[in-house]
Amino acid sequence: MTSSLLFNVTTLAYMISMLIFFGFMATRNKTVGLAASSLAYFGFIVQTIAIILRWKESYTMGVGHAPLSNLYESVVFFSWTIILIYGIIEFKYKYRVVGAFVVPFALLGMAWAQLYLDSGIQPLVPALQSNWLLYHVITCFLGYAAFAVACGISIMYLIKEKQEGPTGDSAAGGIIAQFPATKVLDDLNYKAIMIGFPLLTLGIVTGAAWANYAWGTYWSWDPKETWSLIVWFIYAAFLHARITRGWVGKRAAILSVVGFAATIFCYLGVNLFLSGLHSYGK
Amino acid sequence: MTINKRTFTQAAWDFFCSLKLSISLLICLAATSVIGTVIPQSPQREYLAHLTETKIRLYSTLGFFDMYHSWWFILLLYLLTVNLVACSIKRLPRVWKFISEPNLVLDDGLEKSLSLTHEFKKQGDAAALRDKMTAFLKGEFAEPVVTERDGEFHLFAQKNPYCRLGVYVVHSSIIIIFIGALIGSYFGFKAYVQITEGMSTSTVYMMQRGEKPLDLGFAVRCEKFSASFYDTGAPKEFKSILTILENGQPVKGYENIPIVVNDPLTYKGITFYQSSYGPAGDGAVYRFTVKDKKVGTPVNLMVRKGERVSLPNGGYLQVVDATQEVRTFMPQFSGPAAKVETFSSSGTPDTFILFKNFPDFDRQRGGDLIFTYEGGDEKFYTGLQVAKDPGVWTVWTGCALMIVGICMAFFLSHKRIWIRVVNGRVTIAGTASKNQPGFQLFFDNLIDKLKNV
Repeated sequence: MTSSLLFNVTTLAYMISMLIFFGFMATRNKTVGLAASSLAYFGFIVQTIAIILRWKESYTMGVGHAPLSNLYESVVFFSWTIILIYGIIEFKYKYRVVGAFVVPFALLGMAWAQLYLDSGIQPLVPALQSNWLLYHVITCFLGYAAFAVACGISIMYLIKEKQEGPTGDSAAGGIIAQFPATKVLDDLNYKAIMIGFPLLTLGIVTGAAWANYAWGTYWSWDPKETWSLIVWFIYAAFLHARITRGWVGKRAAILSVVGFAATIFCYLGVNLFLSGLHSYGK
Repeated sequence: MTINKRTFTQAAWDFFCSLKLSISLLICLAATSVIGTVIPQSPQREYLAHLTETKIRLYSTLGFFDMYHSWWFILLLYLLTVNLVACSIKRLPRVWKFISEPNLVLDDGLEKSLSLTHEFKKQGDAAALRDKMTAFLKGEFAEPVVTERDGEFHLFAQKNPYCRLGVYVVHSSIIIIFIGALIGSYFGFKAYVQITEGMSTSTVYMMQRGEKPLDLGFAVRCEKFSASFYDTGAPKEFKSILTILENGQPVKGYENIPIVVNDPLTYKGITFYQSSYGPAGDGAVYRFTVKDKKVGTPVNLMVRKGERVSLPNGGYLQVVDATQEVRTFMPQFSGPAAKVETFSSSGTPDTFILFKNFPDFDRQRGGDLIFTYEGGDEKFYTGLQVAKDPGVWTVWTGCALMIVGICMAFFLSHKRIWIRVVNGRVTIAGTASKNQPGFQLFFDNLIDKLKNV
C-alpha cells in the first residue's frame, strides 16, 4: 500500500461525496445527507493514513521529514484541514448541508495535487530544517481551512439572500430552501472565522518567531508576510464589522469571500506571481 | 467661539472613537499593503531600467520603492493606534464598571431585560431557601453574592467576567508590538558581513543604505565553511565554524562554534546567522594536468585565481570560475568543476569547462592539449547576517498577549445568574455574553436540578 494510491482513494471519496451532497440538496433526504458526509469522513480517514504513510516513506528514503515541505504536500494538507474544520463545524452546529459548499474546495485541492503537481518526496533544504516548520505550517493551514469553510458558508448566504431578498419574507423554494436560514448562515460564517482568526494569528506569530530565529528579523515585509498581514487586516475588519450596524449579513458575507480570495492569493498567488523568501513553496 | 471649539473637539473625538474608522483603516491598510508586494522594494537597477522616467518619478514621490516606511503608510499605522487608544479610553471604563460593580439585585427592570427567566414555588421560608440556593449555586455554578432588599434575598453569581476585557488585551498587545518594533529600530541594527575562512573581522556593514559600518567591539573569526548537497543537487547544509575574539584572544565557550541555517550564534546580544557563502576569490589554488596528444607525458599545473600560467605549447591558461559542486548549474554533471580560458601561442582564445569526476571529458573537445581538473584548494567566504534587536522580547510579549486576548474574547463567555428568593417562591434568571443556545441548555438543566434541591 502506498500513500499515492491512498491519496487517489481520498480524491475519489471527496468527489463522490460532493456528488451525493448535490443529491442531498435536491432530494432533502436525510439518509442521502448522512451518506454524503460519511463518505467525506471516510476520505478524511484514508487521507490521514496516507499522510502518515508518506511521512514514513520519507524516512525509508532517508530524507525523513513531515510531509509539509512543498506545494504538493501543502495542497494535500490544506484539503485535509478543510475537511477537519468542516467536521468540527458539522459536529458542533449540526448543519450538514454546508458540506455541499465546502467539500468541493477539498476536492479541488486533491484533484489539482494528484493530477498536476509533482508528488516526489524531496529532502529538506537548509532553510526548512527546523521544528518551526511544523508549528508554522499547521497553524497557518488550519486557519486557511477555517476561512475556506467560512467562504463556502458565505456563498450559501449570498445565494439564499438573493433568492429571498434581504428581509427573507418570500420563502425560497427548491434546493435553496434546504439551506439554513440567512441568520444561521451569518452566524456560522462568524463562528468559522472565530476559529480561523486566532489560528492565522498564531501562524503569523510562529512565522515571525521562525524568521527571527533563522534570519534575525521577525518581520521584513516579504510578499508572503505582507499578504498574510493583508488577510489578517481583512478578517480584523470583518470582526469589527460584526459589531457595527449595517455591516452584518450581506456585507459581512462579501468580506468573508474577499478574505478567502486574499488567503488563496497569499497561499498560491505569492509563490506563482511574486518573488520572495517562500519561493521554495513552488 | 467656545461652543464651536467644543463641537470641533467633540467631533474629532467621536471620529477617532468610531468603529467605522477602524474598519476603514483596516481595509485601507490591507489595500495599500498590496502595492509593496507588486512593486519591488529598494529595487535593483535592472528593474528601474525598464520603467519609464515618469513612472520612476511618480513611484519615488509616493514612496512606493520603500512603501512600508513611507510617510503615508506610517500615518495610517499611527491613525490605527490613535483609533485603538481612543476606542479603549471611551469603552474600557464602562466595561470595567460592568465587571467590578455587577448588578446584584434582580429587580423588575433587569428581569424584563433578560430572555432566560423562570419562576417556581418552593416550600420553606426565605432565609432557609436562601441558604439552600447559595449552596446550590456554589456547587453547580459559582459562589454567589447575597443581597437583602425589602425582605427579599437576591443571589448573584458569575463566571469569566474578565473575558470582556479580551478585546482590550488584544488592542494593547498591538501597541506593545509597535513599541517593541520602535525599540528595535532605535536601539538595534541589522547588518551583514563576509568573512573568508581563516580571517576575522570586527566591522559589519549596515543593511540600511547610507549608514556607516559598525565596529562590534569584538571580532569574529571564520575557522571553516562547508556546504553539502543531496544526491539530487539540492543543498543539504551550509555550515560555518566561528570563534569570537576579544582583543585578539578567543573567548572561552565561544570557540569553534558551528552555526547552520536555523541555528545561529549569539554573543553579547548580537546574533550571527548563516546567510550566504561564496568562493573567496583570492588564495585559491587549482590543480590541473595537461597532456599533449602527441607527446603523451602529463604535466601538472598549479593555477592561482587571476593568474596566467604557461602551457607546454607556448600558450597560456587561466581559471575563469570554479565550483565545488557543479550540479546546481549543470544538473547532468556532478562534483567539482572549473571553467578555464586558454590562449594559444598565436593568441586565439578558447573557453571550456573541466569536470573532476569526468577526467576523459576533455578528449571530446578535440584540442591538441587534453586537460583534466584535479580539484582546487579553494577558500570560501561565509556571509553572515548580524543583528541586534533589544525590542524582540517586547514584540513576543505583545504577540503572546494578542493570542491570549483573542482566545479570551472568542472562546470564553461571561455567564451571569441571578436568583431571587421570597417566602415559598424562587425566581431564577441568567444571561451569557456568547453562545446563548448553549447557555440555554445549561440554564434549563440548572432549573431541573434546582427544583429537586
